[in-house]
Amino acid sequence: MTGNHQALALLLFSAFVAVTLGITTWVSRNRHGSEEEFYVGGRLFSPMENGFAIAGDYMSAASFLGVTGLIALFGYDGLLYVVGFLVAWLVVLFLVAELVRNCGRFTLADVVAARMSERPVRIAAGTSSVTVSVLYLVAQMVGAGSLVSLLLGNTGEAARSWAVIGVGALMVIYVSMGGMRATTWIQIVKAVLLLAGTIALTVLVLVRFHGDFDQLLRTAAERSGHGGAFLAPGLKYGGDWTARFDFMSLGLALVLGTAGLPHILSRFYTVPTAQAARRSVVWSIGLIGGFYLMTIVLGFGAAAIVGPEAVRGSNAAGNTAVPLLALDLGGGTDSTGGAVLFAVVGAIAFATILAVVAGITLASSASVAHDLYASLRRRQAKPRSEVAVARVSAAGVGVVAIALGLLARDLNVAFLVGLAFAVAASANLPVLMYSLFWRGFTTRGAVWAVYGGLLPALALVVLSPVVSGSPDSLFPAVDFQYFPLENPGLVSIPLGFVAGWLGTVTSAEVADEAKHAETEVRSLTGAGAA
Amino acid sequence: MQSSNGRVRVDGDGSDSGAPTPHAHEHHQGHGQAYAEVPGDVRYEDPWYDALASGWGESAIMNTPASEVPAARRRETATGSDAAAQIYLEVQRSAAFQEVRGRYRRFVMPAAAGFFVWYVAYVVTATTAPGLMARPVAGAVNVALLAGLGQFLSTFLLTWAYARHARLRRDRAALELRWDTQELTREAKGGAS
Repeated sequence: MTGNHQALALLLFSAFVAVTLGITTWVSRNRHGSEEEFYVGGRLFSPMENGFAIAGDYMSAASFLGVTGLIALFGYDGLLYVVGFLVAWLVVLFLVAELVRNCGRFTLADVVAARMSERPVRIAAGTSSVTVSVLYLVAQMVGAGSLVSLLLGNTGEAARSWAVIGVGALMVIYVSMGGMRATTWIQIVKAVLLLAGTIALTVLVLVRFHGDFDQLLRTAAERSGHGGAFLAPGLKYGGDWTARFDFMSLGLALVLGTAGLPHILSRFYTVPTAQAARRSVVWSIGLIGGFYLMTIVLGFGAAAIVGPEAVRGSNAAGNTAVPLLALDLGGGTDSTGGAVLFAVVGAIAFATILAVVAGITLASSASVAHDLYASLRRRQAKPRSEVAVARVSAAGVGVVAIALGLLARDLNVAFLVGLAFAVAASANLPVLMYSLFWRGFTTRGAVWAVYGGLLPALALVVLSPVVSGSPDSLFPAVDFQYFPLENPGLVSIPLGFVAGWLGTVTSAEVADEAKHAETEVRSLTGAGAA
Repeated sequence: MQSSNGRVRVDGDGSDSGAPTPHAHEHHQGHGQAYAEVPGDVRYEDPWYDALASGWGESAIMNTPASEVPAARRRETATGSDAAAQIYLEVQRSAAFQEVRGRYRRFVMPAAAGFFVWYVAYVVTATTAPGLMARPVAGAVNVALLAGLGQFLSTFLLTWAYARHARLRRDRAALELRWDTQELTREAKGGAS
């Protein structure tokens, strides 16, 4: 990469940082820092704004860099991710968005705790929310690292580490200074930038093939060296049965995980009513669906134009396929067009990471302050101090994410996101579904549902080939791999549901009928909604 | 003013027929579109007018008999949070709420089961029968690509269908229930203090 590339990319990225910091300062002027303000931006966003912000929260570096990379390397098997990411939104739309908006105030735990003995439920749901958020953050941090090493050339580990640390520092600043209002506007700006960039690249790819999608597919298949197999499932997940079950596990996690992601759930509280929440989801499904359709074109485009070999040469996991594609589409390495497009795409990808990271950090700091801190130290805490705790915990979450991000830097971003989805689907979804739809659900059932999904999911990841026992794992030197699948969802999601059921039927407590009536009436009508 | 449509009602609710209240405004905003598509069980053309002119109780969105409605107003003995809890139980048992819940479930359950089965079938087929998925259809496009695009299409269609169903079949009734429930809760709390 030439110096011009880097200078331009850094310039554009600095502009984005400056704008977002400006937004943060602007929206946080004259704010009194109430919980309502900090966690949910005063609940005053419009459905369209929130729809863009949800899309901004969801269209992460994992999709933009990771999934396109997987498509470029493995063809159709990468596309399977995209389908799962999108179909998941039907779960959110049908079963979660409106009901959660009506029942809760700031976090997932609010919905569950309304029916149950508050303290244990809050601690459980808070713990799992923070865990999911941190896993998701790690994925974004890894994306930031691989992007920077591409943008700045392979200048070594130091640049990469500093990029991860820089992203972490910026996200803490956004969140603790601007709260939800600043975070939302950053998401919106980022969503617009990302969509504009994706549209531009897609148009360029299609122009290159004279609008002939068929030709694009043929060229991609040819260039990949796999021929027709590139366009059919099986290259990545088609080997032995372990790989196939791994894929089913991933598919299940993707489609059920979205509804349990804390940073997505918290977005529904930023609009005034359940109808507004529904309309935001409709907006976001439109935006996200369009975006993923374009990433398919970009992925196959990268395979056809850049070629899997070049992609793999730049980053073994494929995370840099899109920037390389941009370089080629602009006219090649030595052209001005190539340099500009490359820099623009790099800056957009970086902006994407920053925005997503800010959204997750906010959600996890809300879980720490509103659920964990408030339950553990309720007596001394005043409302004002809860926001202060949230600001501090944003910094804490940032430090943890930076450390893990540095550790996991060689894993594929989309794969890491798959893990976060699996944990979310195992720990958060069962308890949420049971609280909303099961009359007899009890406190013990809720606590068991959370831990019964969370602990197996985490344990299975630790025992999986991702962590040890294979040359690509985190600790290749040791071998404590006892679970064959990389993604735990296939086992841990059913376990979460079973644990919740088991806890409920074995508990002596009888479910409070009035509380259930309250949850049901509130969830469907919006009576008493915050 | 007893409701004729199965909603939970309170006598002497002053805000019923008055000037546009903030709530009435919200009501309008929430339902301000697509009245041309209102299904057959809604009799009037302009609910915004009706909401003001005829009071909340008479918007005949649900034609359930009045006899099924529990007498929500006979709660003089209950007080405080007990009363509030009682209100939610009463609302939950009211025919109007049962209808809203039924409409929600009758749409969501089959639709959710449908797309989930369709998605799982897609994933399982992709992993267990790659030969079938690789069968060419037209040019480089094969069954797998069509199935993938079919998932996109079904997602968009179901999103549209759900939003339309909720807007036309649930929103108004839910909003009225919300209003009634909050009125009852406010009264109960007022009575206790």
